[in-house]
Amino acid sequence: MAESSFATRNLQPTTRNSESWRSFRIATWLGWQIESNWADPFLFAVYSIIKPLSGAAILVVMYGIIAQGNFSNPLFPYIYLGNAFYIYAGAMMTGVSWAVIDDREHYKTLKYMYIAPIRIPVYLLGRGVARFITGSFSVIITVLAGVLFLHLPLDVMTANWPLFFLALFIGVVMLAMMGLLIGSISLLLVHHVGFLGDAVASALYIFSGAIFPLDVLPAWLRPIGFIMPITYWLELVRRSLIGNVAQAFPTLAGFSNMELLGILLGLSLLFGVISILTFRFCDRRAREKGLIDRTTNY
Amino acid sequence: MLTWLGAAWKRWKRWVQVSSDQLSVIGDRSAVSTHPQKVTGWRLFLKTVFARAYPRVIGQQREKSWMFFDIILPLGGVIAYVLVYKAIGAPAEYVGFVVMGGAMTAFWMNVLWSMSSQLYWEKEQGNLALYIMSPNSMMAVLLGMALGGMLATLLRAVAIVLLGSLMFQVQYAVTSFFQLLAVFVLAMAALYGMGMMTASLFLLLGREAWHLSNLAQEPIYLATGFYFPIKSLPFWVALGASIIPLTLGMDAMRQLVFPSGAKIGFLSVGVEIGVLMALCVVFLVGAKLLLAHMEKLAIREGRLTEARR
Repeated sequence: MAESSFATRNLQPTTRNSESWRSFRIATWLGWQIESNWADPFLFAVYSIIKPLSGAAILVVMYGIIAQGNFSNPLFPYIYLGNAFYIYAGAMMTGVSWAVIDDREHYKTLKYMYIAPIRIPVYLLGRGVARFITGSFSVIITVLAGVLFLHLPLDVMTANWPLFFLALFIGVVMLAMMGLLIGSISLLLVHHVGFLGDAVASALYIFSGAIFPLDVLPAWLRPIGFIMPITYWLELVRRSLIGNVAQAFPTLAGFSNMELLGILLGLSLLFGVISILTFRFCDRRAREKGLIDRTTNY
Repeated sequence: MLTWLGAAWKRWKRWVQVSSDQLSVIGDRSAVSTHPQKVTGWRLFLKTVFARAYPRVIGQQREKSWMFFDIILPLGGVIAYVLVYKAIGAPAEYVGFVVMGGAMTAFWMNVLWSMSSQLYWEKEQGNLALYIMSPNSMMAVLLGMALGGMLATLLRAVAIVLLGSLMFQVQYAVTSFFQLLAVFVLAMAALYGMGMMTASLFLLLGREAWHLSNLAQEPIYLATGFYFPIKSLPFWVALGASIIPLTLGMDAMRQLVFPSGAKIGFLSVGVEIGVLMALCVVFLVGAKLLLAHMEKLAIREGRLTEARR
C-alpha cells in the first residue's frame, strides 16, 4: 500500500489526468451499458418517456382538479418546471450512490475496481453520467409536453439561455457531488442503503421548494431549504426559462439572478469539499474494516 | 392458567422451531437427516406457507433500517403531495386522500418489489432452483410470501396513516366499519393474488425485471388515483385502471371513510365490492394456472438458474 501511494504521488500530472479521464470515460460507457442494454432501443425509449411523464401527470391532474383546468396561474409553471428539473436530482444522486451497491453486491466487481488502475471517486462520478443522459431525455420530454399540451409559458426567444446553461452545469456538478457523498456513506453500510439515494432525494423534494414555494413549509423547517443548493438551482432554472413568472413568488424574490448564482456556486463548492472529505474518510474506514468486497445479499 | 400458558408457549416454540427447520431444509439439504420429521399434503402446504411468511414478518422487523425506509419513503411522497394541495388551496379532504393513498403505496411497493419480482431475486441468489426441486408447492411459497408481506406491510401502512393523520390533522367519518373491512380484505386478497400471478411471469425475466418493476410505479400511481379521486380521470381510463385492485379498493375506502367521500366515488361501494370479489377469484385462479405453465416453460428453457447480468 505504501509503495502504491508513493508511486501515485510520483506520477506525472498528465498520467494522473489521463487516469482520471480514462476512469471517467470507461465508467460512463459501463454505466450506459448497464442502464440501457437490458432492452431494445424502442422499449428503452418508451420506458424513459412513460415514467417521467406519469410523474408529471400526477401533479398536473392534482392541479387540474383543484384549479378546474386553469393552467395560467403562475403556480402551475412553478410546480411543473420544478418537478421536471428535479428529475436530475433523483437521477444524479441515486445514479452515483447506487453504483457502489450495484458493483459491490450485485456484480461483485467493486473489489476489482479498487485494484484496477483507476480513480474510484472519478469512476463513481462517471457511473452517474448514464443517469444524467437518461435524466436529460426525461427532462426534455417533460418540458416539451408541458409547452405543447399545457401552455407552459416558455418562450425560446426570450429565455435567458446563458444563465440556464450555466445554472444547469453548476447544478449537475453539485448533484453529482451530493451523489458521491451518499455513495461514500454507502461504502460503510449494507445492501439496503440502495434506498439511501432515494430517501435523500425524496427529502430534498420537500425541502428544496421543487413543487411548492418554501413559504408553504412550516417556518421552522424553511432553513433546511435555504441551506440546500438545489433550492437556488431550481429557482435559477425557472427564472432563466420563464423569467418574471418565477420571480413572482416571495421566497427568493429579494435575490437577483447574480446573487442566486453566487449562493449556488458557494454552496456547491461547500458540498463538493464535504463530499471529497467524506469519501476519503469512508473509503479509509471501508478498507480498514474490509467492507469493499462485502456481500450482504438481502 | 399459568400452567396452560406455559404449555401453550412450549407448543408455540416447538411449532416455530419445526417451521424454521422446514425453512432451513430449503437451503440446507443436510438438515433433512438431522430433522427427519416428514409431512405431506395440506400440512406440508401450510408449513411451507408459514416458513415463507416467517422471514417476511420476523426478518423485516429485525432490520430496523428497512422499517425506516419503508415508512419514510412513502411518507416523503405524502408530505410533498399534501403540501402541493395546500399550496394550490385544495379542500381539506384532499389531504386525507393523499394520506390514504400514501399508505396504500406501501402495499403496491410490496407487491411490486417483494412479490412480482421476488422470483427474479430468488433466481439471482440461487434459491429459485432449490424452491423448485424441494418437495413442496410453489403456490404455497407464493402464498407465504403474500401473507408475510401483507402483514409486514400492514404495520407500515398503519404507521403512515397514523403519522400522516397526526401531522395534517385529517378528519375521518367512517360510515360502515363492516364494509370498510370487507373492502380492505378483498382489495388485499385481489392485489396479492395479482402479485402471485405476475410473479410467475417474472420467472422468465432477467435483468429487465428490475426495470419493469421500476416502470410500474409512477404510471400506476397515476392510473389508480393514489393521490386524487379516480373519478377525476376519464371514465374509460378509470374503468381500465380498475383491473388493478387498489383502484376500486381505494375509491371504496375513500367513500366509506371521508365525509364527502360519496360525492367523489367512481362506482357505488356495493358494485366495487362485487368487482373486487371477482378480481380475487380471477387473480388467484390465474396465479395457479400461470405458475404451473411458467414453471414448466422456465424449466424447459433452462431459465431457473440463469443470471443475465
